[in-house]
Amino acid sequence: MSSPTPSSPSSAPKTGRVARWPDLLFFVLVGIAGVAVIALAFAILGILIHESIPSFRAFGPGFLTSTVWNPNTNQFGVVPFVAGTLITSGIALLIGVPLALGSAIFITTAAPRWMRGPVGTAIELLAAVPSVIYGFWGIYVLEPYMRTTVEPNLKTTLGWTGLFGGTPIGTDVLTASVILAVMIVPTISAVSRETLLAVPTAQREAAQSLGATNWETTRVAMLPYARSGIIGGIILGLGRALGETMAVTMTIGNKDAVPTSLFDQGQTIASLIANELLNNTGPLQYSAILEAGLILLAISLIVNAGARVLVWRVMKVGGQSVE
Amino acid sequence: MKLRFDRHARRKLFSHGITVASGLTILAVLYPLASILYESATRGGRVLFQLTFVTAVPPNGCSIIACKTVGVGPAIQGTLILIGIGGGIALLVGIPAAIFASEYRTRGLGRAISFTADVLAGIPSIIMGVFIYSYFVLYDPTITFSAITGGLALSAIMIPIVVRTTEEALHTVPNSMREAALALGISKWRTTLRIVLVAALPGVLTGVLLAVMRGAGEAAPLLFTAAGSNIFFQGLNYRVAALPLLIYNFAESPYSNQVQVAWGATLLLISLILIANVFSRYMLSRMVRKMSGGA
Repeated sequence: MSSPTPSSPSSAPKTGRVARWPDLLFFVLVGIAGVAVIALAFAILGILIHESIPSFRAFGPGFLTSTVWNPNTNQFGVVPFVAGTLITSGIALLIGVPLALGSAIFITTAAPRWMRGPVGTAIELLAAVPSVIYGFWGIYVLEPYMRTTVEPNLKTTLGWTGLFGGTPIGTDVLTASVILAVMIVPTISAVSRETLLAVPTAQREAAQSLGATNWETTRVAMLPYARSGIIGGIILGLGRALGETMAVTMTIGNKDAVPTSLFDQGQTIASLIANELLNNTGPLQYSAILEAGLILLAISLIVNAGARVLVWRVMKVGGQSVE
Repeated sequence: MKLRFDRHARRKLFSHGITVASGLTILAVLYPLASILYESATRGGRVLFQLTFVTAVPPNGCSIIACKTVGVGPAIQGTLILIGIGGGIALLVGIPAAIFASEYRTRGLGRAISFTADVLAGIPSIIMGVFIYSYFVLYDPTITFSAITGGLALSAIMIPIVVRTTEEALHTVPNSMREAALALGISKWRTTLRIVLVAALPGVLTGVLLAVMRGAGEAAPLLFTAAGSNIFFQGLNYRVAALPLLIYNFAESPYSNQVQVAWGATLLLISLILIANVFSRYMLSRMVRKMSGGA
């Protein structure tokens, strides 16, 4: 099926040759574009590695373990930002996953038919809202609400855990995490919905015919079947949260230190780049920022590759069972 | 008997409880979208419908209540230029690359292209900005902050989207169409361009539209490339304004008139993006229906 000329070469060599060179040219032209896409990926990696060499020479592996980021003394360590990135993304998952799963389960199992399309579309539209608009909304709507209502309540009820120390100021790690949760819910919800829909009807009906209630059907027959797809969706959401820039930069408070509580300001790798790349005090800081970017790239590549493998596998399984 | 009945009732009740709880999560999930639309409409609607909003330059900060709010003309113009450059490059690279990946699928390179597009789509957009910035600092620092670098940064974000959606659209074209054309003696390149690509065109255009809308909303990759500006377009090698950058810069402004302009820009941007998304979804579903009906 790959051969463009099905006729045997002996029957019509002349027309075969005439038809072949434009095909070859076409093949080469689209091939060049394809190679350009691959070259882009390598160029990104190459530039980031090249630019982080000075930082690598100066700090070596200590860059990964140092908590000090001080442009005045030219000491740079990436721990505060890796911590900020992982903490905000982790809390975003804690908040976002139950919401996303709940909404996906509702749409696939309980919602009336007329509701499914519009609600599903509305959730997917949330994914299309630009990050900077979430950040703007975060500053003017979410942050005052967090400062006056959510955070004081958390402090009085859960203050003993030590997670909620300090003054609730609104512009902090917790607010950034909530914004991230809002942003990753559509991704997780959409993928979960797809995989739940891919569960064969026979599987559902088998559970129902044994007398299972709606929830038991979901729990016993659907969730295990869709498990790796849902996990894939969660990891995809995590990938989005890790690299999210504008909304976090606008709400996290931008402090170059490991946050001591959820009410503390912090910085993620992405917000570090946004804030300091152009305001660097010298080539060493510039290089250190690029090395932090390289670490962010590595983290998001690993996370996304994992998600792809899981989602692909599920889509394949789903596709076969439908056929 | 009674015990069993109670247990059954309890199970049913629990199931209903879960249904209600999951219904409530829908409300929680959709609340931000409703809130963003409501806030931008109430806070930005008034400025957006001033006649000068789309033509005037943005205001200097001023704290007098009566001061003018004026507009976001340069930002609209800049965003159009940036997505024009970025979208143009993404079209020229992304569609042929997707054709290769889809129509020469059996070759290893084809699979490598789809895989790379997936990988690129997962790279945070700010990394694309850093990449373009660093590249130009190294090789051509005179145009580090310009429409060219801004467009390139956006194209790096759009290319993987165009490749993936084009590839998917090409996959929906039934193989029988390809085989019929080839059996009639039409060469492979003509079959691909005139028959397969044309059949997939609605899907391809949808992908391009989605990519352009994604680029229109991106601020992070433009921070170090287009860099923003308060004046109209000066030339390809000058800094250029963009709506997302304007929102970012005015969001935390101490002057209420600038904040108001940012809300107006938010309302404009989000309306365009949502309309384009709904439209493209409609186009896609229509195409899928047509294809499955035709096959």
